[in-house]
Amino acid sequence: MRLLRYWEAISEATVQCMEADASIFLTGIGVDDFKGIFGTTAEAYRRFGAARVFDIPNGENATTGIAIGAAAVGKRPLVVHPRNDFMFLCMDQLLNLAAKWRYMFGGKTGVPVVFRGIVGRGWGQGATHSQSLQAAFAHFPGLYVATPASPADAKGLLVSALQGTGPVILLENRALYELAEEVPEAPTPIPFGQGKIVRAGKDVTIVGASLMAYEAKRAAEILAEHGVDAEVIDPRSIRPLDEAMLLESIKKTGRLVVADTSWAFCGFAAEVAAVAVEKGWEYLKAPVRRVTPPDCPAPVSRPLEEAFHPSPLTIAQACLDLLKMESSVKRGVSDVQASFAGPY
Amino acid sequence: MDAPSGIERRLLGEMIRIRAVEETIADLYPQGEMRTPTHFSIGQEAVAVGVCAALSGDDVVYSGHRCHAHYLAKGGDLAGMVAELFGRETGCARGRGGSVHLNDREAGFIAASAILGQTIATAVGSALAFKMDGLSRVAVTFFGDGTVEEGIFHECLNFAVVKRLPVLFVCENNGYSTHTSLGVRQPASVPIHARAASYGMPSERVDGNDVFAVFRAAREAVAGLRRGNGPSFLECITYRWREHVGPLWDYDKGYRTKAEVIEWIARCPIKRAIERLVAEGLCSMDEVARIERGYQDEVNRAVVAAKAAPFPTVDDLTVGTY
Repeated sequence: MRLLRYWEAISEATVQCMEADASIFLTGIGVDDFKGIFGTTAEAYRRFGAARVFDIPNGENATTGIAIGAAAVGKRPLVVHPRNDFMFLCMDQLLNLAAKWRYMFGGKTGVPVVFRGIVGRGWGQGATHSQSLQAAFAHFPGLYVATPASPADAKGLLVSALQGTGPVILLENRALYELAEEVPEAPTPIPFGQGKIVRAGKDVTIVGASLMAYEAKRAAEILAEHGVDAEVIDPRSIRPLDEAMLLESIKKTGRLVVADTSWAFCGFAAEVAAVAVEKGWEYLKAPVRRVTPPDCPAPVSRPLEEAFHPSPLTIAQACLDLLKMESSVKRGVSDVQASFAGPY
Repeated sequence: MDAPSGIERRLLGEMIRIRAVEETIADLYPQGEMRTPTHFSIGQEAVAVGVCAALSGDDVVYSGHRCHAHYLAKGGDLAGMVAELFGRETGCARGRGGSVHLNDREAGFIAASAILGQTIATAVGSALAFKMDGLSRVAVTFFGDGTVEEGIFHECLNFAVVKRLPVLFVCENNGYSTHTSLGVRQPASVPIHARAASYGMPSERVDGNDVFAVFRAAREAVAGLRRGNGPSFLECITYRWREHVGPLWDYDKGYRTKAEVIEWIARCPIKRAIERLVAEGLCSMDEVARIERGYQDEVNRAVVAAKAAPFPTVDDLTVGTY
């Protein structure tokens, strides 16, 4: 197997699925330009041309409805949003129509639409370009919401989306784009609702999706230096959620820390905590801890921004606190985007 | 008119059929068995019938909350619609959608939805798919004057023109959005059809209570769509007789006058079509009465069947979400 970066894995999945299924088309603001959505759409445009890979005007709500209407008559649209924050403009079509289509029209047909939204982080992108909308989408029955944290998962989940019955929202954290790992060459789908044990451990369970799966793994390395053996779980999809894997893990560890890229209040971390206490109460030896951004919009200024995002350090410290270990985390780790300097 | 032989009678018959369904539902609604907010099309039948008569079976239609007439005119299953209103498993949305979410895929009536402007975008999307596949199929979306105020309306017109898509936008301008008149909502100096035209597409104002005029305009517009000329827009001037939602009359509620309602009832699209066909010797009053009886029987049978049909089982409550 060869190494692929996260964005290369997305590109490969797109091209392979478009080759296999002529009904797939790819659109979004700038999918055919020289940047090709951070490289993820450039190869598809080169291969399939303007007939199947085309730019679209602003007007995200219409774009969403257009994708739904195309899907209603046999297409499989893949729509990309270079910043998921703009998907607030699509909420009516996504939540009032796509999510409800199958159910409210009598369960006969769904709309196999796939939306990729990229989550910004760092470089002072601030309040309206650094949000992570998994909880907002996952609240609504009818949608699939997945948050790939690794190149292989980015490929497998996108394949699943493009072969499935939809509608699917895939949220990709920009901070993960340059990570490389072995990725299978075949377009093998990874089913929604199947989590992954990123690191096995016995003392505490850390649940983190998307970037937080990566950061939790780094937190576990710090914790190992403190003699703590953490288990890291990446749910991979927010909805459906792999509850069985979560419960199995806390049965073993008895402790749960949930890290999330978005706020605690009514958030994904709250949902995971609720599942744990509702269905795994007898396993828990300590209260559930959430590690999330503080209750304010994302700031721009560098020290504020660094304090805003959960990091391996804050995740590890939460675990130590939960274990009632009086020590503090001895060392930090480099910021996930320390070497990142744009392009913006 | 230079239409296929018998088309005039067909247009009249379709309107009579829709009126029979709607009046029957309105009569039965107060019994409380139909528990779904219902927006009646009574008075607006000519737009639905005139436009849909210009379409082929494999063309697709979308609509909004006031969708009964469009669904029926496109060939949607009447019994399925009535059963849907009664919340039965045999309904066209299996009792999950209700009055505002009618659909009949086989008939080409893809979807109706209660949020303004949603199904303008879906029609544009279907038209995009048809164009990508080199098909001559067209998509039609029906909406009211209120939807013109939604951002998505403008996003969609823009996109359809840029991509030259085979989509017909049909605005039923009945003068009111719920209880608010057009004059306090939109600039009077630039009528809706003119704003649509400003995007660069053929756009026309039509007497929406003249089924023959609507048919003529729609036929011409659809021919243009099939030739690949890009989208077209029809603003059909019409009027809603009953309250915004529900079966009652509401001319005493202060937002419009009884005189205005009476004036529009005098312009009833069915009455006008009958007068014209009788005058031209294409139809007799006896025939009209026979047609009315025939459709009333069909509607009555649908009501009996709906009432006898089973409700969905609670065990299936969440089935169909995914």
